[in-house]
Amino acid sequence: MSDHHHKETFVTKYIFSTDHKMISKQYLVTGIFMGIIGVFMSMLFRLQIAWPERSFSIIEAFLGHHQDGGVMSPDIYLALVTIHGTIMVFFVLTAGLSGTFSNLLIPLQIGARDMASGFLNMVSYWLFFLSSLLMVISLFIEAGPASAGWTIYPPLSALPQAIPGSGLGMTLWLVSMAIFIASSLLGALNYIVTVLNLRTVGMKMTRLPLTIWAFFITAIIGVVSFPVLLSAALLLIFDRSFGTSFYLSDIFIQGEVLHYQGGSPVLFEHLFWFLGHPEVYIVLLPALGITSEIISTNSRKPIFGYRAMIGSIIAIAFLSTIVWGHHMFVSGMNPFLGSVFTFTTLLIAIPSAVKAFNYITTLWKGNLQMNPAMLFSIGLVSTFISGGLTGLVLGDSALDINVHDTYFVVAHFHLVMGVSAIYGMFAGVYHWFPKMYGKMMNKTLGYWHFWLTAVAAYGVFFPMHFIGLAGLPRRYYSNTAFPLFDDVADVNIVITLFAILGGSAQIIFLANFFISIYKGKKAEQNPWRSNTLEWTTPVEHIHGNWPGEIPAVQRWAYDYSKPGYEEDFVCQTTPLKEGEEES
Amino acid sequence: MTALLYILLAIVIAVAIWQVASILKLKSVIATEKDNNIQGILFAVFGVFFYGLMIFSFVKYSALLLPDAASLEGERYDTLYMVTMVLILVVQAITQFLLFYFAFKYRGVKGTKALFYADSHKLELIWTVIPAVVLAGMVLYGLSVWIDVMDSSDAENPLIVEVYAKQFQWEARYAGKDNELGLANVRNIKGINTMGVDMSDKNALDDIPVRELHLPKGRKVIFKFRSQDVLHSAYMPHFRAQMNCVPGMVTQFAFTPSMTTEEMRLNEKTIAKVDNINEIRAEKGEDPYEFDYLLLCNKICGASHYNMQMKIVVEEEAQFNSWLNSQKTMAQVVQ
Repeated sequence: MSDHHHKETFVTKYIFSTDHKMISKQYLVTGIFMGIIGVFMSMLFRLQIAWPERSFSIIEAFLGHHQDGGVMSPDIYLALVTIHGTIMVFFVLTAGLSGTFSNLLIPLQIGARDMASGFLNMVSYWLFFLSSLLMVISLFIEAGPASAGWTIYPPLSALPQAIPGSGLGMTLWLVSMAIFIASSLLGALNYIVTVLNLRTVGMKMTRLPLTIWAFFITAIIGVVSFPVLLSAALLLIFDRSFGTSFYLSDIFIQGEVLHYQGGSPVLFEHLFWFLGHPEVYIVLLPALGITSEIISTNSRKPIFGYRAMIGSIIAIAFLSTIVWGHHMFVSGMNPFLGSVFTFTTLLIAIPSAVKAFNYITTLWKGNLQMNPAMLFSIGLVSTFISGGLTGLVLGDSALDINVHDTYFVVAHFHLVMGVSAIYGMFAGVYHWFPKMYGKMMNKTLGYWHFWLTAVAAYGVFFPMHFIGLAGLPRRYYSNTAFPLFDDVADVNIVITLFAILGGSAQIIFLANFFISIYKGKKAEQNPWRSNTLEWTTPVEHIHGNWPGEIPAVQRWAYDYSKPGYEEDFVCQTTPLKEGEEES
Repeated sequence: MTALLYILLAIVIAVAIWQVASILKLKSVIATEKDNNIQGILFAVFGVFFYGLMIFSFVKYSALLLPDAASLEGERYDTLYMVTMVLILVVQAITQFLLFYFAFKYRGVKGTKALFYADSHKLELIWTVIPAVVLAGMVLYGLSVWIDVMDSSDAENPLIVEVYAKQFQWEARYAGKDNELGLANVRNIKGINTMGVDMSDKNALDDIPVRELHLPKGRKVIFKFRSQDVLHSAYMPHFRAQMNCVPGMVTQFAFTPSMTTEEMRLNEKTIAKVDNINEIRAEKGEDPYEFDYLLLCNKICGASHYNMQMKIVVEEEAQFNSWLNSQKTMAQVVQ
């Protein structure tokens, strides 16, 4: 079905494209755009945290009537942290990361002409686009966007009397997220079907690159957990608009008793975190998959413990669906349930440790090629360990009591899923940019981008643990109401300065990315001397990926530096020599 | 308009970066041996930065941490915390060292080949079993503390206190002579009966509503939490205590205060922390601060979430009793 014959118009090629490579680029660019908004918001609220009473012209410029003389209002502060979280978790690190690389790599690395359903894939992107649009529109409404935290716990998210953002802003948030979930389900189903059915000859499941394993398992977790968030959101819409009482009961607000009776906010927390925790791995696993591929390629070594890596992905995915209660140790949930969730949660540390050790062992005695993608991958392993370890504190119900909802949590999850996943995304962009655009990104700018980001990320999140341990709650507009916290003010200034450094460093990436698309050096077919199938396709994109037959796969993806071969890589399409064992 | 200027500025910077890059003829795109060398060394330097930052933070920021736990349960918490922290730091120090060291040591050299080393069941078994064993220990230890903290069924003569949350303040109610809280519901809120206590319940009459929490040292206090409007979280960091306040249900937490406010003020770590804070306050020209236990809201609850607090006073039992006796009961307040 190499369809060179039908002519493509601008619209079918660039807008309503069903080609997975184009859809992947659409996801990436939309994700980057949302990322700019999300990161920029964090700069604004970091200014407020560090200098609570000071006036900033940048706040005056961007926050309209939500500020007074360059000082933001408490409501918009909460809105900013809410939308920052929502955008980064869902729009950048779920759609932007998974959408981009699952779409690009699944057909290319398994040897398929396209996704199982190109049409659904297109619909999936456009639903994502629509939901992004709604989320952005919600920023401009009079009362401000949703501001009950990205976890939108009712009753705060259900009652406009409680916070202005819970009016139209929250409605738009819920509609946007409902569409987002539909988009992500269509995407995930497509990924699963494609991986199961469209692998080329010889591409056994045990020969799949770890990227594909990660995307495949991620899609399964998404299909299992996202519908639950949809139901949670629907019930919340019912409570807000139709007077039901799923989550609400016994509420007295602004001098009047509301009619709600018999609902429970704890139910919402269960439903939310049933997605919310797997979501962490929906964000992280693709980044780990990308890292596996890049570390192996650039170490010129097979990934260490391929089967253990698959096993740990599956184990993490399975466990991720039975640990959600660790977000609720102090929610009023039965303490016995807390014990169970402590047990399942700490179990996750085992497959995570296996992954970390396997990455480190892959580097051992390698011949490390320090391309920008490799730097970000090594950076990911570092932040994954740093952030993962503090999970031992938060996953332990007893220890969680006193650090729950403090900055300790903020530091933990930003390192382990925020920074790690975004490093994975950057690594993926640097590595597969030649495949996406046929051009190369500039490496020197890549180096600057990495080192500034790496220093800033630790500069922000390492000290942040300490202010959490000092008992400082998150989502405080200002700490000036408590003399007890006067001594953390300096730390907050340090953190904000690093945050500004880190945020500004992303301009280097944006410059490199957008200008390389047009002016970058033309890419060779296999610039990183890699084994996987995507590098056997021509640099110029064609519908159907391969001009002739799809190549058959003869071996696994990680024969780097294999003895008996002159080159230090052996493409998956190279037949085994006589007597050669497949690893 | 100014917003537009900021955006333009960012674009100009981006273009400038690229222009500088082009002028320097940085069209090279794939790491050369020289790059491998420089970047490998940078990883070693970054490793030094990393450990430096870690040590610096511990030296400089340890003074920020909360002083010793002020409850019996909190003391167990602190021990568990120390054990976990030591474990985390040991693993962190070793793994990060290996990561940065390998990145430095094995930086690519032209003409050499990496070792083809795909698997070792022995190694993988080791780093599956060791974490499993260590974690099993952590789980057992953690759960023993958890059960100890959460199970207050065997407490002898505990003090029952209701903590009541609303946007954006705290109230509290003591169970009074019968040590049993009267029923309450938001539907009973009226005038001075701000917590919605059911005055037709005879247990309610001797209940004592207050705006400042006093606790006796050495007696177990069982807190019953309610919320009037949205979720709040009653966070008492000095006692290592926290529980959400949920509209429509009563949640519970218990601890035994082990240090009076006076004793805590004389605690070495508290003195150091307060001195530090007062130095900062003096610089800003603010009044000196005196240590007090606090109850803070730790669940996003609206605009003034950041300023929802109540003072807690811990005192000897006799003092506590005389304070409590001087407060009005519900019957006295409402009538």
